[in-house]
Amino acid sequence: MQLSDQKLEIAIGRMLQAGVLLAALVVLIGGILYLHASPARPDYAHFHGVSADLRTPTRIVALAAHGDPQALIQLGLLLLIATPIVRVIVAAGGFLLERDHMYFWVSLVVLAVLLYSLWHSQ
Amino acid sequence: MGTAEFSLWIFLSSILAGLLGSLTGLGGGVVIVPVLTLLFHIDIHYAIGASLVSVIATSSGAAAAYVREGFSNIRIGMFLEIATTLGALLGAYLTTKVTTHSIGIIFGVVLLYSAYASFQTKHPEHGNAAPDALAVRLKMRGTFPAPTGEEAYVAQRVPAGFGLMFTAGTLSGLLGIGSGAVKVLAMDQAMRLPFKVSTTTSNFMIGVTAAASAGIYLSRGYISPGLAMPVMLGVLGGSLTGSKMLVNANVKTLRTVFALVIVALGIEMIFNSITGRL
Repeated sequence: MQLSDQKLEIAIGRMLQAGVLLAALVVLIGGILYLHASPARPDYAHFHGVSADLRTPTRIVALAAHGDPQALIQLGLLLLIATPIVRVIVAAGGFLLERDHMYFWVSLVVLAVLLYSLWHSQ
Repeated sequence: MGTAEFSLWIFLSSILAGLLGSLTGLGGGVVIVPVLTLLFHIDIHYAIGASLVSVIATSSGAAAAYVREGFSNIRIGMFLEIATTLGALLGAYLTTKVTTHSIGIIFGVVLLYSAYASFQTKHPEHGNAAPDALAVRLKMRGTFPAPTGEEAYVAQRVPAGFGLMFTAGTLSGLLGIGSGAVKVLAMDQAMRLPFKVSTTTSNFMIGVTAAASAGIYLSRGYISPGLAMPVMLGVLGGSLTGSKMLVNANVKTLRTVFALVIVALGIEMIFNSITGRL
């Protein structure tokens, strides 16, 4: 059991790294486009909240598809947020393969909390 | 200052925060928020939004290296993530209910605690206490590579650890940090897990915990792309560089200097919050 645990953990570790690198790449591309457009600096000293188009996954994806630089950055950040969520899904699958039903359910509870948070943001 | 110049300064500060955070084991998030609010006068809500995403990046980016060492315990981590993610939901909810000043004061106290905790490097061997029945039923055991070969351990006092993890999650959601110091406290002190197992499992859990509040931060508009971009890329780059640097000789001095910086930032956060300047 210990050996397959180790394999599962290594697979998860690699997956996390790949997810982060992909997310960072998208953020970088969006960032370069953003600075290239030489925008006015937003007022960060007072809190207004970012525009509604940059707050929900569906709108971010729609806007990023049109090449909007700020939406591309948000898309990269969405990929980043998704990385640990995918990690929990992979772990749940791994526990199922190991026939560890208790931890399969533990993973699903964690997944439910994470999805609740994302769903709440829609 | 133009946007490009502003972004560059934020980027450079974030690299430094990530580098020092990973070399000292304190994490980049805990310094970047005070730097953004105190130095760049950025509203704390934007600061914690940018910090939170960079916390996910560093935790996940470093996970592969930690996992290979064979110390992290995936079951203990997953079980305790129930507590941290629920706590994170509460923390993210509280950011709208709690005043900016209170967030600043709590942040300052956490900074002071983190500095204190970073000096708690001596950890007495926990010894072989009688296995906790609940921990055994939850399979919270494992082995880790010790100098003398594989060494077995079983968790103790699971409810206490679970409660502390809920607190760690709440602080993470409220302050946009990884709260690694509190997570290590829960596993190392409360659950009596070996120190290396505690720190590596804590790192593993930080990303999942932060992801739980990230959705709520996004919907509230805390995550500003123009700000999160240089912070996330900088902290990630800095911490990955830090984890590859082998500066064992100077780590003690570095930790002392960094802890003093954190104490100063913590005091300034509390002072500015009380005087209403944050």
